[in-house]
Amino acid sequence: MITKRIIPCLDVRNGRVVKGVNFQGLNDVNSPVELAKFYSDNGADELVFYDITASSDGRKIFTDILRETARNVFIPLTVGGGISSVKDFERVLSCGADKVSVNTGAINNPGLIPEAARLYGSQCVVISADVKKVGGAFHVFARGGRDDTNIEAVSWIKRCVDNGAGEVVLNSIDTDGVKKGFDLEMLKAVCDVVNVPVVASGGAGCIEDFITLFKTLPRVDAGLAASIFHFGEVSIRDLKQRMHDENILARL
Amino acid sequence: MIAIINYGVGNLFSLESSFNAINQDVRVITNPDDLKNYDRIILPGVGAFEDAAKKLFASGMAGPLIEAAHSGKPVLGICLGMQLLFTASYEFGLHKGLDLIPGSVRAISEVIPEGLKIPQMGWNALNLAGHDGIFKNTPDYSHVYFVHSYYAVCDEKFITARTEYGADLTAAVQNKNIYGVQFHPEKSGSAGLDILRAFCEV
Repeated sequence: MITKRIIPCLDVRNGRVVKGVNFQGLNDVNSPVELAKFYSDNGADELVFYDITASSDGRKIFTDILRETARNVFIPLTVGGGISSVKDFERVLSCGADKVSVNTGAINNPGLIPEAARLYGSQCVVISADVKKVGGAFHVFARGGRDDTNIEAVSWIKRCVDNGAGEVVLNSIDTDGVKKGFDLEMLKAVCDVVNVPVVASGGAGCIEDFITLFKTLPRVDAGLAASIFHFGEVSIRDLKQRMHDENILARL
Repeated sequence: MIAIINYGVGNLFSLESSFNAINQDVRVITNPDDLKNYDRIILPGVGAFEDAAKKLFASGMAGPLIEAAHSGKPVLGICLGMQLLFTASYEFGLHKGLDLIPGSVRAISEVIPEGLKIPQMGWNALNLAGHDGIFKNTPDYSHVYFVHSYYAVCDEKFITARTEYGADLTAAVQNKNIYGVQFHPEKSGSAGLDILRAFCEV
């Protein structure tokens, strides 16, 4: 049977991996290519590269790094950040990305997901949603979690899937960087309405948080985290051994 | 030398890189006349069967590929490339394949229980029929990376590996010198590279 996936996320700016807490206060962590190789050799099931560069110079550095990574790392690579057109899909797919995640691009252009799904297949289109609870409702946020769109998140994510997104990355702004566990309430709400893989993001602080995630919500397919892996607080090997011991299917 | 057939379906950068990583001489080829200069052939593919089959036949590659396969050259179909090796597919209608392996391609939704997600996307274990051919370096229950909504239905004797996703699904096939894998060896870490390495030695 299919295993639960563990996915380190690398936020890349100007060719370096950075990680913010609640999207602010970025620290330089490591070289993306080296870090990707390290994770691939140490049990990561997949990698997410998130391009947080705004300039076109930065985009070029990012695609060079992506190509260098794909030349050396043979596990699935998902790329996100600044994807607003099918040209952007083409740009990163040609450098070795397997899946492309859209966020603000899908909010601004509702036609992007269906068009990308038609051109590259649903398996390649990931809807990455930054979601926060506002007055009892889940809202989609744009621009790296800065702007409240006032769009109700669960029905919007379902619509994205109906339109061709083949996977959902659900990032809870409320739990991101807090390290007290994943946002189980938000994840359940999304898992209840979609039949594509759901990746939980935001809030992992320790191995136990992943165990709680997969035991409480068996329909979650993967757990994503950044700083706890980058800073060595959680080793992916230890995490997967623990999953195995808890009868959660993992690729050891 | 290994040829990766480029017929305009999907990106071949990772596949090419994976052969480079195991020190194999590999070229992505677009000219059907070039195929005869290679001793091993990779047929990749992602997306929908009908579109890919159309492009493969329109590219002029299908004839030389079938000829090479009949001449005994090792051929490896990957993912949709594996599905194209079969007689036909039932993905959105009935479409003809290369007919290098007798059998058809059908929706996994016909055999897996309701509630399981489609496509099967992620790492699953291989149940091997034997440890030879492309699996000579592969331990049983190795995990490899799958992304698919359709699977091959054929005679038992062609199936070299299965994977369990609510049902036993065909994961790999072989008809003499013609090999196919439903999963992505170029995305399956060291387990995948072992399989590609073995293909280079069959």
